[in-house]
Amino acid sequence: MIAVVDYGAGNLNSVKKAFDYLGVDVVVTDQCQVLTAADKIVLPGVGHFSSLRALNRTGLREALLQAAFAGKPFLGICLGMQWLFDGSEECVEIAGAGIFPGKCRQFPSSVKSPHVGWNSLTVQNGSRLLRGVAQDSFVYYTHSFHAPVLAATSAASEYGLQFTGAIEQSNIFGVQFHPEKSGDVGLMILKNFCEV
Amino acid sequence: MLTKRIIACLDVDGGRVVKGVRFKNLRDAGDPAECATAHARSGADEIVLLDITATSGNRRTLLDVVREAARSLFVPFTVGGGIRQLEDAAAVFDAGADKIAINSAAVRDPALIGKIAARFGSQAVVVAIDARKVNGRSANGGFEVFTAGGRVPAGRDAIAWTREAAACGAGEILLTSMDRDGTQLGFDCQLVREVAEAVSIPVIASGGAGSAHDFIQVFREGHADAALAASIFHFGIENIAQLKRELHRASVPVRWPC
Repeated sequence: MIAVVDYGAGNLNSVKKAFDYLGVDVVVTDQCQVLTAADKIVLPGVGHFSSLRALNRTGLREALLQAAFAGKPFLGICLGMQWLFDGSEECVEIAGAGIFPGKCRQFPSSVKSPHVGWNSLTVQNGSRLLRGVAQDSFVYYTHSFHAPVLAATSAASEYGLQFTGAIEQSNIFGVQFHPEKSGDVGLMILKNFCEV
Repeated sequence: MLTKRIIACLDVDGGRVVKGVRFKNLRDAGDPAECATAHARSGADEIVLLDITATSGNRRTLLDVVREAARSLFVPFTVGGGIRQLEDAAAVFDAGADKIAINSAAVRDPALIGKIAARFGSQAVVVAIDARKVNGRSANGGFEVFTAGGRVPAGRDAIAWTREAAACGAGEILLTSMDRDGTQLGFDCQLVREVAEAVSIPVIASGGAGSAHDFIQVFREGHADAALAASIFHFGIENIAQLKRELHRASVPVRWPC
């Protein structure tokens, strides 16, 4: 069973709907014990980095960190991916999980912000999450802050600079784009996560 | 590279698509869910569904339509028409929309933009603006905003209203030229460019599409981030796939093949 974490930010329907479409057992929850019982965890999220504050208030942060360090497959989507880093300039007083080093920053002033629309992925070989995803596949983004490219980056996109589109390290996966809104490519990525 | 989006718009009345969008291979051209999925399959980057009657009696029908369309749609899905308060927006999101479009209600109460954005994120709030050139063809009068489906002049300048909507928390602007709407004379590139340069949020151009060339122009000269067409299959373009092939050939960055 996959648990999709509900911390009151935005609309989780589309993530759940995509897993439903794939025929996967999924539950949307704000309960720590459900996360502990789940096989896999998805941390979605849209909007402002400060909405992650709710994780701290509810005890979900500890449950998520425990699950991540216990080796449970974990997928952060959009803001959920940014949470895996140290933090974001969007809201400096909220700490990320610190699983990946670095902070999320604003795009350079040479490009319009937010970055909204379909952008292509430069995929690194050997990614489990992106297995079968062709080079230069398009995915749907909507965000104002971006994460740096690291050794763990499994796909980068370009928008004024190169930034992390997808990242993975052992059981931890993150995507800045929205796989649930990225057509067949996105569904393939979610399916890969189900099969990790 | 970030691509220019092609957005298919379905005008829905009482649960049926009422204009445009006739797929050769679909027997029932009027079912919104079928049309939406077929558009997505042929390469639409996004689907917009506008409830053009938006009377209270049709509200439940609309939510059913949204639910049905959203079930098998995995590209961004915007729903507009008749959203007057936060609860209306919440119901549409709950039915499966990713974004809502608001027009008259936002002009009446700009704070509504921020209210919806605070709960669902700015990326989920599209402010739709219908505008026409002041004094008909006069070049120097600017553009005026109209509400209630283009019937009521709002007494607002389009550029000023766009800036205000963005400042209130709008995630995107859906800009329709009333002068060009339905004419197939091409997008109003002057209007689109002025609006696109006034804000940093994406601007979706609408109104006037008649050929692939019009799309090329609105991206190159209008600096639009996306372009929307309601009746794309009425003006000689076979389908979105063909349009995208032509844009790709003209070196406009598009999601192609997709």
